[in-house]
Amino acid sequence: MTAAEPLPPIAAKRRWTRKQRRLALIAAAGFVLCLAAGLVLVAMRDTIVFFYGPTEIVEKGLAPGTRMRLGGLVETGSVVRGPGQRVVFAITDSKTTLNVTYQGLLPDLFREGQGVVTEGVFEGAGRFRADSVLAKHDETYMPREVADTLKKQGHWQPGATSPNPSPVTPSPVTK
Amino acid sequence: MIVEIGHFALALALGVAVVQALVPLWGVARHDRALASVGTAAAITCFLLVALSFAALVASYVRSDFSVENVASNSHSAQPLIYKLTSAWGNHEGSMLLWVLILTLFGALVALSRHSLPARLRAGTLAAQGTITVAFLAFTLLTSNPFRRLDPAPGEGQDLNPILQDLGLAIHPPLLYVGYVGFSITYAFAVAALIDGRIDAVWARAVRPWTLLAWVFLTLGIAMGSYWAYYELGWGGWWFWDPVENASLMPWLAGTALIHSTVVMEKRDALKVWTILLAILTFSLSLLGTFIVRSGVLTSVHSFASDPARGLFILAILIFFVGGSLALFAWRAPLLRQGGLFAPVSREGALVVNNVFIATSCATVFIGTLYPLVLEMLTGDKISVGPPFFNATFVPLLVPLLLILPLGQSLAWKRGNLLGAAQRSAAAFGLGILVAVGVLAYMRGGPVLAPLGIGLGVFLVTGAIFDLGERIVARASGLRAVLSRAKGLPRSAWGTAFAHAGVGLSVIGVAAAAWSTEAIGILKPGESLTSGRYTVVLESITPRPGPNFREDVVRFRILSGERPLKPVEAMKRVYTARAMPTSEAGIRTDGLSQAYVNVGEMEGNGGIAVRLYDKPLILLIWIGALVMAFGGALSLTDRRFRLAAPQRAKAARAKPVPAAPQPAE
Repeated sequence: MTAAEPLPPIAAKRRWTRKQRRLALIAAAGFVLCLAAGLVLVAMRDTIVFFYGPTEIVEKGLAPGTRMRLGGLVETGSVVRGPGQRVVFAITDSKTTLNVTYQGLLPDLFREGQGVVTEGVFEGAGRFRADSVLAKHDETYMPREVADTLKKQGHWQPGATSPNPSPVTPSPVTK
Repeated sequence: MIVEIGHFALALALGVAVVQALVPLWGVARHDRALASVGTAAAITCFLLVALSFAALVASYVRSDFSVENVASNSHSAQPLIYKLTSAWGNHEGSMLLWVLILTLFGALVALSRHSLPARLRAGTLAAQGTITVAFLAFTLLTSNPFRRLDPAPGEGQDLNPILQDLGLAIHPPLLYVGYVGFSITYAFAVAALIDGRIDAVWARAVRPWTLLAWVFLTLGIAMGSYWAYYELGWGGWWFWDPVENASLMPWLAGTALIHSTVVMEKRDALKVWTILLAILTFSLSLLGTFIVRSGVLTSVHSFASDPARGLFILAILIFFVGGSLALFAWRAPLLRQGGLFAPVSREGALVVNNVFIATSCATVFIGTLYPLVLEMLTGDKISVGPPFFNATFVPLLVPLLLILPLGQSLAWKRGNLLGAAQRSAAAFGLGILVAVGVLAYMRGGPVLAPLGIGLGVFLVTGAIFDLGERIVARASGLRAVLSRAKGLPRSAWGTAFAHAGVGLSVIGVAAAAWSTEAIGILKPGESLTSGRYTVVLESITPRPGPNFREDVVRFRILSGERPLKPVEAMKRVYTARAMPTSEAGIRTDGLSQAYVNVGEMEGNGGIAVRLYDKPLILLIWIGALVMAFGGALSLTDRRFRLAAPQRAKAARAKPVPAAPQPAE
């Protein structure tokens, strides 16, 4: 505001009235708020990623090339490690299965038969290219979205993977 | 027995907290001095009881008493003693108890503080603090009792989550909680002022040290958490815009705004209503953070308990305290005497700009954090709002604020001279530009924004130094005069300079992250991997037993260009009790930069996946935060917080602050 406000030419001669000062304050605050609102709206349009389960992707008929988060269970026996940290595995909600390719180190807790959330691009025809694999901090923890996805497909067994309370941890595991 | 004593003390503390919440207000209403002062004794008693209870919990952890459910599910007899201790708050129940302990500690500190508070303000503050204590003690006792027994007791515990078996857990949560919960005091002061219907510079002066204290600890807590995440999680990142991180960033931002607005209120008796609102909002954001972290409603990449009953209880607490205080604000704030208005071009005007920007950027973090929750409730769509969103909203709002920071810092109170301030900051600004151009030329291309970021950081640091120099050297001649002026400068002026310079250092560290590089490779012994300036050579992979884990130690020789550094070890561990694998990164500090090496899976052919990062100037991010916190602590030792406030405040009001660029704040 200091920079944007018109300066009285000679400070001592022209005093701002109360009303003017209040208006200046409101105008400055309003300007910053509008700026923020604009930034938020633009960012909302461009940077937000939707989360889907495998079945949802197929049912909604999403276009190839869509960026999204995909979550589900890592299908048992599906993990194939290729040369140069290339990994291929399948994510399933036991109704639909997608093949995922990923290049890089997998998190410590990535395991077959357990929940996983990946972020990347849907390539169509049951294929998904992940550029990050997120794993939770606890070996028994089930990502909430994955749990919901499984519930939707009617394959949720409470108790099989009970969320295990665990505390103040530092930050997450993304690539 | 110890466990039962702890449980009983906690229940008793609840009773005492009820007394603390009700009796002082009743006393104030009846003008009964004796009743009004009950709060003091109650607050101290309450703290002692909760401390006893906390000690009992820690004792059962140290003794590995697995008949206590909490101990059995979060500890193991083979854990080293330090982790047995820290396990006490490395879980939901224990960390709630720590929360309450710090809450009551602050209550007791206010009760004991020799700061001559008006009796009504003190009574009201203790009552408000007591009410918060009642709510959280009830929450702990009813939904998260850490003293529940198991029968029969298991022979061995389930071990603490391996990620948490780290010194970080000993330091990070207590620091963070002192910060988070410390803002409860400013909230309590605000509520007391609203009930009392009176607010003035005395109030601001009483609140400011508490705000500073909480802010210093929150700064340290966030920085510590960020460094812990950086070295423990093995991904080389230090901030992920995760909901749980945002939950601590929001109160920090609001608290930063509050520190600046209380200065205006104290010096100029203005911005009163806004300051009160900010004090309420800051703690409300702390409560919101607790709700986010404890309820699990937001998908965080942290794994926390998601128990609907607990979530609902905290939501009720949140609604009561936020809604209640805002209703009180709406009802009482119009009764507060409006403060004076002031010239837009002045120190206080600049501080208003600071508040507008910080509050707005805090709002964008708020929207980004809660939007997924709202959208899922309304439409059922699940989305994630990640770093791109915050980079596109938070950063553009922060940059203009930082750009005008040195300018505002050198403006005088009441009636500033923009031209003069601009001239004073011109040298620092020029230096910043020069450095930015120099870096751009040296790097020959590469990211363009990063050199500008470095320039901005240099501008902030030198701006703070020059401003300090100006005050000390400007009208003094000779070394002795300079020294005496330096000594005479209030500590808060030094504190401001340090805190602002700290911001600059952190900005440099963040900007330099643009040059960090990463390389992945499969290495066998003798093979090497290069990333940026660093090269690692795998020397050996050897198994080694630990107290409650097995590990493979991967040893690397490490070179910076041609120059050898001390070798570094990265570990791949399996914690036996939970059969959970973790990896421990090997980090070699090289000046302000770090080489960061992490190992992955063993490949079939005897090689191991290795990830190497070159992290230039990364230490500046946390050093900057430490310097900020140091500045805050320095301000805290300022003379004016130690002297009897009311008299001085009256004197200050009678004699307006001189307009010349005095060493003020």
